[in-house]
Amino acid sequence: MTEPQKTPLYDLHVELGGKMVDFAGWMMPVNYALGVAGEHKQCREKAALFDVSHMGQVELRGENIAEKLETIAPSAFTKLPENKARYTFFTNPDGGIMDDLIVANAGDHFFVVVNASMRDQDINHMRGLDLAVVELDRALIAIQGPAAEAVVSAVAPVAAELKFMETTIADLFGAECRISRLGYTGEDGYEISIPNARVVDITREFLKHQDLEMAGLGARDSLRLEAGLCLYGNDIDNGTSPVEAQLNWAMQKRRREEGGFPGAERIQRELAEGPARKLCGIKPEGRAPARRGVEVADKDGNVIGSISSGGFGPTYGGPVSMGYIATEFAEPGTEVDLLIRGKAMPATIIKLPFVQQNYKR
Amino acid sequence: MTTYYSEEHEWLEVDGDTATLGITKHAAEALGEIVFVELKEAGDTFDKDDEIGVVESVKAASELYAPLAGEVTEANSTLEDNPGSVNEDPEGNAWFYKIKIADVSELESLMDDAAYKAFIA
Repeated sequence: MTEPQKTPLYDLHVELGGKMVDFAGWMMPVNYALGVAGEHKQCREKAALFDVSHMGQVELRGENIAEKLETIAPSAFTKLPENKARYTFFTNPDGGIMDDLIVANAGDHFFVVVNASMRDQDINHMRGLDLAVVELDRALIAIQGPAAEAVVSAVAPVAAELKFMETTIADLFGAECRISRLGYTGEDGYEISIPNARVVDITREFLKHQDLEMAGLGARDSLRLEAGLCLYGNDIDNGTSPVEAQLNWAMQKRRREEGGFPGAERIQRELAEGPARKLCGIKPEGRAPARRGVEVADKDGNVIGSISSGGFGPTYGGPVSMGYIATEFAEPGTEVDLLIRGKAMPATIIKLPFVQQNYKR
Repeated sequence: MTTYYSEEHEWLEVDGDTATLGITKHAAEALGEIVFVELKEAGDTFDKDDEIGVVESVKAASELYAPLAGEVTEANSTLEDNPGSVNEDPEGNAWFYKIKIADVSELESLMDDAAYKAFIA
């Protein structure tokens, strides 16, 4: 095993009481003194700052970047306006998902952010595109929550003018940063790419705002789960198709019709005929959380699916889960049982999300 | 009354062959915010190392294992309605069980206060 890497904010996390763990080869804070539930509520009610520097930031440069990206991802990029970002995923030849990522048209290049655990795979994959693939050695922080606009625009007024999924270059305390209005908590907010040498002092400056607190990976997970957002490796992976994962919205009409991406055969077939299973929200009726791997059964005891992510939703105020369920049982309102520690615990299929997304469109 | 501790971070306040059992402050802090507690019922018997309950925090589920053999005489049902009380007062009001100890000689395998403090240091 190689030693876990540290982000430029590592020492600050420790100084602020972050409980550090190895996550995907990086030492990251699970939570600070406020605790997972407190940080979660802070993000829903005010604003929270997450270090997401472990994610990979890449610039793609060259000719016909959008066309080339369309050969490995089923979203439409050729008409993506400048300074607009799009959620997408790389598919494999079997129609499964290799990773999910964000792609932005940055004018003379495309800016891509990929998951920490899939960084090397994704960079190698993009290197097959006859483009210059430049991995950026920069920090990335996310400021999320209803007060995020006030926090960020106090320093960079242009932040208030951005709409959801828009990106721009702006000056933050004298550093050239990329500010994008997006995130993965279900709340309004920003991800800000910052030169490594400046991220500590810029983070300290932001933290002077009374409505902002640090939050760790624990809250990041419960926030995205309540918001019905997929976590790569849990809810989506090489075996799950985007149709099963209910991600049709990320495959624009032209791409769905024309194909021309890996796994198009399966994906187009599932679009036409419907998938055999669907990713659903599953609400346990009791208080016991149903976590990843818990089997889901119909009322006759037949296994019809399993939980892909589950835990406690601090804003929802109870246990929340997502999982793949056979399509005939995937209708919201269907009553099912969760097989937890040998007991059948009642649950109901619901339409995601558990907590309404709050983006500024 | 003497208090004993297990390596599974339970405390036992013993009076003759009866005891009150809970999880230590150290355990409650390590678990984080507790959101769910599942308990055995009065009358249930258990052997040493049997699973006698489940504690779930925002982070993970943890099983509670019996530090010795015995019988549940009372379960603290307030924990099921207010699991967060385990974080607030784990070594007081948020006890888990009153038990009857099957064999008091099993207490010898447990730690006293000083040994437990050294164990978690």
